[in-house]
Amino acid sequence: MKERLSREVVAMRIAKELFDGAVVNLGIGIPTLVSSFVPEGISVIYHTENGALGFGPVVTAEEMEEKADIDLVNASGQYVTPLPGMCFFHHADSFAIIRGGHVDITVLGVLEVSEKGDLANWMFPGRGVGNIGGGMDLTFNAKKVIAATEHTTKDGKPKIVKECSVPLTAPECVNLVVTDIAVIEVTGEGLLLKELAPGWTAEEVQELTEPKLIIAPDLKEIEL
Amino acid sequence: MLNKIVETFDQAVLDVPDGAVIMIGNFAGPGGTPNYLIQALCKQGAKNLTIVANTAGGTGLTLYYDDHRILFENRQVRKVIASFPFSTSPSRPSPAEKQILSGEVELEIVPQGTLAERIRAGGAGIPAFYTPTGVSTVVQDGKEIRDFDSRPCLLEHALKADYAFVRAYKADSIGNLVYRGTQRQFNPIMATAAEVTIAEVDEIVEIGELGPEAIVTPSIFVNRIVKVTEDQGFPRHLERSFWVKRI
Repeated sequence: MKERLSREVVAMRIAKELFDGAVVNLGIGIPTLVSSFVPEGISVIYHTENGALGFGPVVTAEEMEEKADIDLVNASGQYVTPLPGMCFFHHADSFAIIRGGHVDITVLGVLEVSEKGDLANWMFPGRGVGNIGGGMDLTFNAKKVIAATEHTTKDGKPKIVKECSVPLTAPECVNLVVTDIAVIEVTGEGLLLKELAPGWTAEEVQELTEPKLIIAPDLKEIEL
Repeated sequence: MLNKIVETFDQAVLDVPDGAVIMIGNFAGPGGTPNYLIQALCKQGAKNLTIVANTAGGTGLTLYYDDHRILFENRQVRKVIASFPFSTSPSRPSPAEKQILSGEVELEIVPQGTLAERIRAGGAGIPAFYTPTGVSTVVQDGKEIRDFDSRPCLLEHALKADYAFVRAYKADSIGNLVYRGTQRQFNPIMATAAEVTIAEVDEIVEIGELGPEAIVTPSIFVNRIVKVTEDQGFPRHLERSFWVKRI
């Protein structure tokens, strides 16, 4: 088996997409890790569905006793820390921020993503149930949607597919897919393979991807 | 002046009838959930309730205290309208999940922003609105679709309730409310969308003690206020020092 990027390195690559002043909403899983790798000199404003902007890092296990506060949590229910300039608002305002297109970047996990950028991520595999949560509002309305995922399922099946086989979160919403072996941009012509994990070739990535990939003329190794 | 202060949670929920529609403020933890009102309603026993809330309780993050999970355990719920109804942990399914899958409880799953806006609209006298969220997904089923600026949108209807159970930090004696941190979430909008809004608060202060600019929920939206007393065993296992100093 060829070596794949760790979840942390995937998060690190996604963090390069952030820009100074960006309003950012991170989903559960790899997306949450992105906040640990914000490039130096860049300051982003985190948004959470439950009504806060501009809060600080998640409270670590060691800090729990001193800093955890039941009235300062993010959308995953994690305790976060206060920052100067932070503000609170109710849920209708929080989703006015999302629906109104004021979130610059959202990073979300993936069950399947299609060649047109359809995203499916809300049903639990094998349970027949799922939680929509804030994911649909984010994918329909954020300015940029980044999908963060392992390239294949645990059984080695492609997660990047021609057509999603599970219920959609939103059609044609994903702009960029960052996996543990490649960076792929969703374009009007199809999926553009732009970056490869160290040691991987375009052919090897194609073998693990259902739709045909377009190889970028400047295809390169992932830079962090 | 109308006296809105009720001495006990039991008294505050006494008149909730069978079949009532109840909005309950909640998100992903104990903060901002009116735990004592929920416990009182469980004891009171009203049945065939419709619960409007972000979750259906017991989602895996909320196992350390009684959220509205106990209303499902007590078989008081007929229908739930929620965005995040299921436990994220397959090994610990919530009581609601079992009842939804068996058909005992009806589920209407709604995107969270649509849920918030339907509640806001209910309180604001807007009968329905269009939103792009949910087009070409399961949420679209049975809804009118109309294009605005070449973008397809769904017609979504307002939600109203007979009761709203809200959690706030402080109330003054006429019912103006302020909230603490992320406690706010659905609470202020639910307070506007119900016939009877009952607020569970840490403190009740005199009129004039809350700064007019700081008030989030105007008093006219609040019908009953109940104070949480120290001896009621709220799981205050966590320090609240940061906020207590600042509000």
